[in-house]
Amino acid sequence: MTELNNSELIRLSAAQLAVKLAAREVTSVEVTQAYLDRIADVDGQVNAFLHVNAEEALAVAAEVDAIRAAGGAEAEELHELAGVPIAVKDLIVTIGQPTTAGSKILEGWHSPYDATVIKKLRAAKMPILGKTNLDEFAMGSSTEHSAYGPTRNPWDLDRIPGGSGGGSAAAVAAFEAPLALGTDTGGSIRQPGAVTGTVGMKPTYGAVSRYGAIAMASSLDQIGPVSRTVLDSALLQEVIGGHDPFDSTSLTDPFDTLVAAAKTGNVKGMKIGIVKELHGEGYQAGVENRFNESLELLKEAGAEIVEVSCPNFKYALGAYYLIMPSEVSSNLAKFDGVRYGLRVLPKDGPMTIERVMGATRAAGFGDEVKRRIILGTYALSAGYYDAYYGSAQKVRTLIQRDFDAAFAQADVLISPTAPTTAFRLGEKLDDPLAMYLNDVATIPANMAGIPGLSLPGGLADEDGLPVGIQLLAPAREDARLYRVGAVLESLLEEKWGGPLLAQAPELKNAALGTASNSAGGSN
Amino acid sequence: MAAINRDDVAHLARLAHIEMSAEELDRMAGELAVIVDSVKSVSEAAGDDVPATSHPIPLSNVFREDVVGHTFTAEQALSGAPDSFEGRFKVPAILDED
Repeated sequence: MTELNNSELIRLSAAQLAVKLAAREVTSVEVTQAYLDRIADVDGQVNAFLHVNAEEALAVAAEVDAIRAAGGAEAEELHELAGVPIAVKDLIVTIGQPTTAGSKILEGWHSPYDATVIKKLRAAKMPILGKTNLDEFAMGSSTEHSAYGPTRNPWDLDRIPGGSGGGSAAAVAAFEAPLALGTDTGGSIRQPGAVTGTVGMKPTYGAVSRYGAIAMASSLDQIGPVSRTVLDSALLQEVIGGHDPFDSTSLTDPFDTLVAAAKTGNVKGMKIGIVKELHGEGYQAGVENRFNESLELLKEAGAEIVEVSCPNFKYALGAYYLIMPSEVSSNLAKFDGVRYGLRVLPKDGPMTIERVMGATRAAGFGDEVKRRIILGTYALSAGYYDAYYGSAQKVRTLIQRDFDAAFAQADVLISPTAPTTAFRLGEKLDDPLAMYLNDVATIPANMAGIPGLSLPGGLADEDGLPVGIQLLAPAREDARLYRVGAVLESLLEEKWGGPLLAQAPELKNAALGTASNSAGGSN
Repeated sequence: MAAINRDDVAHLARLAHIEMSAEELDRMAGELAVIVDSVKSVSEAAGDDVPATSHPIPLSNVFREDVVGHTFTAEQALSGAPDSFEGRFKVPAILDED
């Protein structure tokens, strides 16, 4: 018998759940079922999940419970997070569940293999609750480019949950999962974290294997954790990280001090750098206010705040929108109606493979994917290659040099994660360039391969919506982000009197009626 | 740098194997012109002395032993194929017959 009711159970952090599971105060089946019930209750409104994996999740949970009940060596050897459920972004391939990448071109496709991170979740015996919604092939900042309808922000159902990993962030924010996996190519873990009041971590490029993450832009993509607390992300990164011979870009560094760093957070004497180019003009006033408040708290805790300048960041967005689509145009060439997924035959005329490919890709891809494939094909074409792709790769070097200079003056850098809070569904859908600007503060980290963490920084005064604070560290220094992040999180929670998500409005049970949801509710 | 026009988009769409309607070409040409215009400053950002970066974390000579690892059975490899025949992917005519 558990003393907690389901509503309390699903609000525990993964670390708290792990303690209760190990002490056998609660079973994994109870926890997993509580989350499945929550998904059944609220996901009709949130649309965070594309597939719910109830049967397999409960079977894994029962297995963990049986091992714990039997005791002995096998129970001793269970991973700390064994029995803690998790949701997975539907860009990551899984045996036994469909993988769509949010695209019609892969509707109904089942992978014959598991991604490395999935193998690691299975080895840790973490029940997989299901697959979460995303912008098609992870291209977008709002989840509105999903072929299966947008995900909605649990703080205000009329607003976007960020993207591309809006499904993973919304699932965690709406207490439909304690943890989730995301992927981050230009901010797709961090920006959804910022606008949903959750934590999202993009590890150092190569710290977590990309094997089995459907590639968008291979030199930028990175799998990482999505959670409600900094410690939970550290716990999850230690599960999924480590060298993988199946990913030739995988690092051999151990990354095994992340949890310890989150638990022993201390910023005394640390130098924290404000990047002049990553706040101020173009950033919403409420975002700036919360950002300044976090700086004050860090200063009071003994950190030294310094200002650094990264003058080449003004080219980062442009360079990103050349490099990323170039890699997209190459990576997505394999979706051609031959080996997997959709095949569409031309309505009339000769039935050649080229025409079948053209019809398949026309019907299977959405507008944003087509835009990026065409843009990438353009940037790579003869006559434009040097001016576009070549120049963008040089900008990448300049951005790395800016970071090197900044990290010579500061241990970590800090900025708002996104320039605004969550905007309304539809607001930027017809203006691709306005949509791209959401990633202005997150893209530099991907260009340089360095780690970035977003954590909740409070609610903006003007709209009562979550603001994200981003921390950046040099490559391989992921532990530093967890150390500083945990300190800032505890200082902010002390100020708020609890986690930020405790202030989120209650989602009504979808079965009982329609959504009634007011932003900025408080308890 | 030249602006991108409708003919360019039509050509690129053919290269990328994406059929596009006239309406789609019009819309895409307009949208891409705005995007290309916004990224063109990139070509002026770096001088000739700046080396290009293609990969964020330099790694070299990533080798493994040359032994056969995990492979899929033909059945697994064909499990997601839209069409197959006798253990092979089946596709329409590869050569245009007219």
